Amino acid sequence: MMLTTSLWAAVIRIATPLIFATLGELICERAGVLNLGIEGIMTIGAMAGWIWVYQGGDLWGGIVFVAIVGMLFGFLHSIFAVYLGLSQHVSGIGITLLASSISYYAYTMLIPFSTTPPKIVPFSAFEVPLLSSIPIIGGAFFNQSALTYLAYILVIVTFYVLYKMPIGLTIRMAGENPVANEAQGINVLLIRTGAVMAGSALMAIGGAFLTMSAFDAFYFGMINGRGWICIALVIFASWKPGKAFLGAILFALFEALQVRAQLIGADVIPYQIFSMMPYFLSIVAMMLVARKAAYPKALLVPFRQGDRI
Amino acid sequence: MRLKTRRNAPVWLIAVLPILSIGVAFIFGAFFIIWAGESPITAYIALIKGSLGSTFAITESLARATPLIFTGLAAAVAFRAKFWNIGAEGQLYCGAMAATLVGTGVIDLPSPIMIPMLFIAGALAGCLILLLPVVLKTHMKVDEVVTTLLLNFVILLFVNMLLEGPWKDPMAMGWPQAARIIDNGVLPTIVAKSRLHFGIIIALLMSVVMWAIFRFTVWGYEIRAVGYNQQASTFYGISINKSILMVALFSGGLAGMAGVSEVAGLKGYLTLTLSPGFGYTGIAVAMLAQLHPIAVIVSAIFLASIYVGADAMSRSVDIPNYIADILVAISLLSVLVGAMLARYRIVWGK
Amino acid sequence: MKKLQFSKICKNFGSVVANDNISLSLGEGEILSLLGENGAGKTTLMNILFGHYISDKGFIEVEGQRLTPGSTRASLDAGIGMVHQHFTLADNLTVLENIILGTEPLSRLWSQKKQAYKKLKALSKRFGLLINPDAKVADLTVGEKQRVEIIKALYRDASILILDEPTSVLTPQETTQLFTVLKEMVNAGLSIMFISHKLNEILEISDRIIVLRHGKLVGEVDTKNASKESLAEMMVGHTVTRPAYEKLKIGKAVVELNNVCLNASEGSTALSNINLKIHEKEIIGLAGVAGNGQAGLASILQGLASPSSGEFKLFGESLIKYDPRYLTKSRVARIPEDRTNEGIIGEMEVWENFLGEELRSKAKSGFIIDKKQAVSSAEKLIQEYDIRCEGPFASTRLLSGGNIQKLILARSLSNNPRFIIANKPARGLDEGAISFVQQQIINAKTQGAGVLLISEDLDEIFELSDRITVIFDGKLQGPFDINTVNINQVGLMMSGEMKADSLYEA
Repeated sequence: MMLTTSLWAAVIRIATPLIFATLGELICERAGVLNLGIEGIMTIGAMAGWIWVYQGGDLWGGIVFVAIVGMLFGFLHSIFAVYLGLSQHVSGIGITLLASSISYYAYTMLIPFSTTPPKIVPFSAFEVPLLSSIPIIGGAFFNQSALTYLAYILVIVTFYVLYKMPIGLTIRMAGENPVANEAQGINVLLIRTGAVMAGSALMAIGGAFLTMSAFDAFYFGMINGRGWICIALVIFASWKPGKAFLGAILFALFEALQVRAQLIGADVIPYQIFSMMPYFLSIVAMMLVARKAAYPKALLVPFRQGDRI
Repeated sequence: MRLKTRRNAPVWLIAVLPILSIGVAFIFGAFFIIWAGESPITAYIALIKGSLGSTFAITESLARATPLIFTGLAAAVAFRAKFWNIGAEGQLYCGAMAATLVGTGVIDLPSPIMIPMLFIAGALAGCLILLLPVVLKTHMKVDEVVTTLLLNFVILLFVNMLLEGPWKDPMAMGWPQAARIIDNGVLPTIVAKSRLHFGIIIALLMSVVMWAIFRFTVWGYEIRAVGYNQQASTFYGISINKSILMVALFSGGLAGMAGVSEVAGLKGYLTLTLSPGFGYTGIAVAMLAQLHPIAVIVSAIFLASIYVGADAMSRSVDIPNYIADILVAISLLSVLVGAMLARYRIVWGK
Repeated sequence: MKKLQFSKICKNFGSVVANDNISLSLGEGEILSLLGENGAGKTTLMNILFGHYISDKGFIEVEGQRLTPGSTRASLDAGIGMVHQHFTLADNLTVLENIILGTEPLSRLWSQKKQAYKKLKALSKRFGLLINPDAKVADLTVGEKQRVEIIKALYRDASILILDEPTSVLTPQETTQLFTVLKEMVNAGLSIMFISHKLNEILEISDRIIVLRHGKLVGEVDTKNASKESLAEMMVGHTVTRPAYEKLKIGKAVVELNNVCLNASEGSTALSNINLKIHEKEIIGLAGVAGNGQAGLASILQGLASPSSGEFKLFGESLIKYDPRYLTKSRVARIPEDRTNEGIIGEMEVWENFLGEELRSKAKSGFIIDKKQAVSSAEKLIQEYDIRCEGPFASTRLLSGGNIQKLILARSLSNNPRFIIANKPARGLDEGAISFVQQQIINAKTQGAGVLLISEDLDEIFELSDRITVIFDGKLQGPFDINTVNINQVGLMMSGEMKADSLYEA
């Protein structure tokens, strides 16, 4: 269980989908909208990207397709949760059910049944010169697939947009006191919808990473609760992009260690115990921060125009 | 666009809402069927035939509805208090495990005692597991959505572990499944040559009990109050924590009973595939019933019919049976919109 | 040419006529007051000005140019700035962020904070509005928050400033400071519209006064020709009589707070060494700027929080059980500050809200709700208190503010309480409802209750109380006999600038 380069490489691979999805949820929640559709959107992202490539498309085209699919579901969630101001919890659960079931329906329809799932050629890893020479972590952080590098960039971009750009301030205000936005003539519904769509695109790409980079086939139940874990990670990260990155890495580290521990302890402890660890960890992480969590003040509060001026 | 509160929610609209929602779902579902290259009319006829077209089909639909009534009630009770219990799936399995623990030979008592005992054990197991998220919420303000969801995965892994390990039935020829429930614990079939079992009677009974609790008792009032407005509830002297605890008892217990019903009534033994998502479907059942305990019965039968019908349909027409999940998901979203329209009128312009 | 001109504005919401053919103008460098009760149409008119609503008929002109209706952006660009009654600030963000929101095009790639800092400093100096741009809004006092709201408008180069009930949260001294700032702004070329229902202040600050009533413009006077009585009459439509004050012989202590302390919590200041005795047949008024501990004190007296130290004696016995139901049973009447969100559960029916704290005590065998009994007693109270609703089964959220308050009063006062804790009971109500509420409290006092009246309206406190106590920073000063202090002294105590040593305690 030494902290070797190969361990860190595994950590980054595990962390990448979490980074995308946590950033995505973070953007939604900063704007004041809880998006419980995350698990379903990641599922359909995984399926859609894979199908695109399987049907002959190129990888990056697939990513664009996945982003669009993600945005579509984000838009759907926005209609219910933002425009109509309905229960964000129920709408999100509905979206997860819808997106997952459509994924499985489409896959079953397009891919004839076979004992081994068909594969595609995924993104391959490549090195970033100079940076990959950093001892131990260089070889891990900077010898990854293009999607992972995209994830790194997105952490910085999300930070910059939220804190350094006027539109980011507007998004944050939508999550804190949307009435302030309205008093400045900014359309809160549009801002929230835009944020949810952008966040959902990221979630979908996070799911696509699994089928287009980490693995090369689509399995049912492949997301396996990662979406929900990201909901916990967002709280753990105090809605900050930098902390989200660290949280994802930390979580992935435990996950990577858990996988290795399974091999070592296989005879004594059933592997399922190890597999339970990520979920317990997430619960513990939430326990640690719950009391002090600085939720965006307007999170879960639907905005109705002309409510309270 | 502005929303204007209707003075009187038209009663007919509320009653008809679930049906309208399912109707909307069927309309959208038709597009998916066309995408699969089939005719929606043929497909839907096959679906209806497969769910209601014969005595056997009807009993199948009702048998399928049984666990959904339980999990639907579980969700309805919890959601009334705005306690988002998404863990019914895990609680169901806990109930199933309890039934297996108690009912596979450890004790043998006459049926009229054994069966209630199994249900009580299952209900207890369901409550107890929900206690963790409840305590985390009431004492540490940890959001229950994530905790109940994540526990589902933990519980399933636990069941997996038991079935591959100490509970593996040596007589099951290698399949990971537990020992059968003993004869005195098995829920009797109520229609000959079908899978419809006594569990549905208990489910219907629980519906009525929950309805009575909400309609007539102080507990029902307090749970509803907490769901509507925590600040005012506190002002009235209602203990938020105690109410949520009560909700957990009911909700977890009902979901646990679903597990008992499946193990002791339908399947006969515990397996990993005992529940194809009954816990999650229960949420759709509850929403379609607009959280009303008696309406849950109708809603559960409707949705169960869709699943049974879709299974039959996928055998005669080349459509993946996931269409059922798609239909249910669309119904859920439709009823969400419909419930709003019942309460508000949309006024365009400023 | 007038700076701002409203021409024949009409606005209906369904059958409700909010604005009925209103025409008024604001002159250059003028301070115009808009006076009216709650529901008179002031807010609707401002919402139209600000683009949140579009009038059905009529138009608005700024310096002769038609104002594009329905666009907040257009109104802002035309130089209209608004200081809202309920602050539109985000607690978790900084002052700077709150101010620059919306001032930069959303397509801009880099938020120009340095320039913003400079401009803020300049404005701050010019008008004497001291703020710290990097402070988190959550850490500001109410007065400071208002300064931020004003600077927000000035930052956008507003030439017309609308202030909506700005003084409801200020001490008399802060109000004077505000008025100095307003006069400075007028010198700098701004025109100001001042919306209020406080007659004294309107008479002090404005040049002209316009009175609205039931959506119509019913009066337009130059301030020098107006008086409190004439304004009140125009505002309400008939001569206003507030309930008569009568001093009674006080009885024994109903409530005794001895050295009560309460730790600070989210949203309320800590209390230190509160000593207070409230007797039968007296009303003690508690004055203070919001945020100085009233919430904490109220929650102790309402049984929602227990003190961290000290003793709360109710009717002579030390209270151990802090439970709203126990207090209600012991004949304590609790009137909460936030009637819509705390005093009732809107989603429930009227008869259910009448049960309230007595839910369990009135239940059969302790758990079955006696619906018949509850509904019939609800019907009785609805009649007795003239609560306008569609019957006991109506959805409580459909009731107007005044009727909600009547429901709460009916619920709490009908079993002849011995102690009443009334937290801002008349806030936001129209004149008729205010008189009703105040009369109910006086009646209760006559029947022997002891009352603690918490209010932001010093006039109300002076009209109704026998004694007055002031809370500042979690400590009490007084109580003083009402005849021994004047409003100015109370104002100074409210802002902590005066200690009680210079006055004797009653």
